[in-house]
Amino acid sequence: MTDTYTRLVSKGLGKDVAQRLGLPQPAVLRRYEPGQALVNGPVLVQGSTAGADELAATLLSWNLDVRRHAVPREKLGAIILVLDALAAPEDLEKPVLAVAFSLRDLGPSARFVTLSRPAGETGNPAGAAARQGVDGLVRSLAKELRAGATANGILLADGVTTTSPSALAALRFFLSGRSAFVDGQFLTVSTGEGTLPGDAEKPLAGKVAAVTGAARGIGAAIARTLHRDGATLILVDIPAAGDHLASVANEVHGTALQLDISREDAGKRILEHAVQRHGRLDIMVHNAGITRDKLLANMDHARWNSVLNINIAAQLRINEALLASEHFSTSPRIVSVASTSGIAGNRGQTNYAASKGGVMGMVRASAPLLAARGGSINAVAPGFIETDMTARIPFAVREVGRRLNALQQGGLPTDVAEAIAFLASDAAGGINGDILRVCGQNLVGA
Amino acid sequence: MSANGQPDNGPKEFTGPAAMGEPQPLRRAVIVGGNRIPFARSGGAYTKSSNQDMLTAALDGLIARFGLQDERIGEVAAGAVLKHSRDFNLTREAVLGSALSAETPAYDLQQACATGLETVLGLANKIKLGQIESAIAAGVDSASDAPIAVSEGLREVLLDLNRAKTLTQRLQVLSRLRPKDLAPDAPGTGEPRTGLSMGEHQALTTAQWNISRESQDELAFNSHRNLAAAYDSGFFDDLLTPYRGLAKDSNLRPDTTLEKLASLNPVFGKSLGAEATMTAGNSTPLTDGASTVLLASEEWAQSRDLPMLATVRDGEAAAVDFVHGKDGLLMAPAFAVPRLLARNGLTLDDFDFFEIHEAFAGTVLSTLAAWEDEEFGRTRLGLDSAFGTIDRSRLNVNGSSLAAGHPFAATGGRIVASLAKMLHAKGTVDGRPARGLISICAAGGQGVVAILEAA
Repeated sequence: MTDTYTRLVSKGLGKDVAQRLGLPQPAVLRRYEPGQALVNGPVLVQGSTAGADELAATLLSWNLDVRRHAVPREKLGAIILVLDALAAPEDLEKPVLAVAFSLRDLGPSARFVTLSRPAGETGNPAGAAARQGVDGLVRSLAKELRAGATANGILLADGVTTTSPSALAALRFFLSGRSAFVDGQFLTVSTGEGTLPGDAEKPLAGKVAAVTGAARGIGAAIARTLHRDGATLILVDIPAAGDHLASVANEVHGTALQLDISREDAGKRILEHAVQRHGRLDIMVHNAGITRDKLLANMDHARWNSVLNINIAAQLRINEALLASEHFSTSPRIVSVASTSGIAGNRGQTNYAASKGGVMGMVRASAPLLAARGGSINAVAPGFIETDMTARIPFAVREVGRRLNALQQGGLPTDVAEAIAFLASDAAGGINGDILRVCGQNLVGA
Repeated sequence: MSANGQPDNGPKEFTGPAAMGEPQPLRRAVIVGGNRIPFARSGGAYTKSSNQDMLTAALDGLIARFGLQDERIGEVAAGAVLKHSRDFNLTREAVLGSALSAETPAYDLQQACATGLETVLGLANKIKLGQIESAIAAGVDSASDAPIAVSEGLREVLLDLNRAKTLTQRLQVLSRLRPKDLAPDAPGTGEPRTGLSMGEHQALTTAQWNISRESQDELAFNSHRNLAAAYDSGFFDDLLTPYRGLAKDSNLRPDTTLEKLASLNPVFGKSLGAEATMTAGNSTPLTDGASTVLLASEEWAQSRDLPMLATVRDGEAAAVDFVHGKDGLLMAPAFAVPRLLARNGLTLDDFDFFEIHEAFAGTVLSTLAAWEDEEFGRTRLGLDSAFGTIDRSRLNVNGSSLAAGHPFAATGGRIVASLAKMLHAKGTVDGRPARGLISICAAGGQGVVAILEAA
């Protein structure tokens, strides 16, 4: 899973040569470890609204080194640009250009985060133009930042404050090393719901979580990350993967449930196991998925059906069983793994992209059902992630796939896992029906 | 018959604890579940795996299934029939290599093919007595990684060489060495006292009870068919963890037919007067594998929210005098079961499942024939008539050793865990818990049998 090229060009002679030849120079990203500081250096909070003031006060209470005005040539850990009261495109100029000269002071793996309002929620064209303008701004800036720095945005629905639980949780996620491979993306906080954890290091303490496809790759990383965050785990995978599943289960002190999720009774079996051992289920992570790539012209029923059945039909059936059960928690969380293939499309993956597009459709449509139970459902769409699966891609194609994003490298399974752990937490309770891409801002797929 | 006219090996009236005063009420020992690795034909997927490797893998699968990481289990007992001398502490070493607490004690046990079932019975008894709260019973065998000993001649020379003090003495010892001493001594399945292999012994019994080739092939066919159906239905999803690329027993032939089985040439009993009927198809192959069973007191299982599938009600061991030809080598269960049932006030009609280990198809059928035989019932079991007949639709319903293979000490655990799951699914029958009988024959003319009931 090591990206030799990234290590080679990050220091010494390799760095020098790459610079002279104009080769891509991916940075070694700052990734979260327990005990790690939220950001490396002072945090500049730009914006003159009440929302900006309140947010700055909250960040101070987190013991962050908060600046309301930039100090020239002082290295910054993060810039937070609060744009929660834009009325017209002209309103962008002052705050945006005020931070522009500070961008050069951002350190390695620094963060740029905006807080603004979603464009769709106003009947006012000028206001919507300003709001949508933030989208283009952030996505472009993300491509300008260097050395592992990222730019992302938080969209606060009208009425949701900058210090609502999920706004703060999303901000913490974007500031921290947990979002290392999330770049040029937005999270929408649609309600003021959500509960911040008592212990920021154990945001999933006391939670019972089931993860499908947990025997290896991204699924195993999800299990490890949820365990690190305090969750009790049920690890699900097909019986044939049972040996790998057992070893992950023993590593994260969970229980292994060998189960083919395409079975009709899979949801019932997961619930039975959870109720028997823990009395309930709080978090369901739908990670299991397969690819059976073929050009559509050469597609057969078996390839089409197996992918659609496992990647989306099984999730629908399991969710139906969970939502029909009284044992699916008082604040149930569902997080599905989608794919950038389902957003941007991918040659040879009509079946896979259809299934992953289906996952996103399901997530958006299920949001009200989960909200009615005090819960949430969201999806994470990974881009190029370094797994056993991508390791089998031919070298040249793999190298192109890796570099075709703003961070010029493939993500790690743990990057996907961090996003899932965040969306599975009660702190993210105000985020519902959202899709978060973990793709290093892949150049394809918007 | 013994001198006083009593049948010497039959059921006796139960005059145990009641005669010694009020028996202490015993706790129940429950079976929580089990785990095994798929069984592999010798020389196959597990050729390079040692007993310790396989036992550790089976334990780790069990630990993962029930979340027992870092748990201090009351005691773990396991054994292997074919065992290297370096594996003197095989079970404890496997425990140390597993995800269990290093403070879990363990011991090795060996009773030929009954090893696995005997570990279950011994540990269940400790739980019933209140000595331990939890236990793992297990068994493992590798016919691929079998120990090979040096010849007796070389061994004596090497030991004397070690004791020799001077160069002259050493040279004298070494001069005794002959080329034939260098040939290794591989283990076989021959009985030390008769020199006959287990198959040849069974061939005698099979012929004695007039067991036909067709009925043996049919039993083998049913074993493969039932085991294949059990895999297809997901029965083994929570009983088995894949190992070294194997997800199913490699001996299983889901597509075998009676015609294919009938076409095989006999391998045992060819020198007997009678027709030779035992083939590679209706005999178990040499197999590698390991199995485990998690046992507990009800309190322990409840405190950890663990399932309780079945209870271990009772068990019995028997042995026969096969050396002098009084009974067949593998016929001890024919005596153990009547004694066990008499002690428990049960008949063969009181069981919903019968798990009779298929060492050879002829073993199962000879045992059933003996129980159905009036003279055997009267003269050998001391009954008024035949012991009884079992409902064949309740026999080995999810397959047995002919299809799964038979890694000697691992067979008991395979049967106990599978039967416990079947009993739990069955629940109650006519107001009583579903009940199953296990019968396992073993080398040395031994047999161990047990009764499990749905919990």
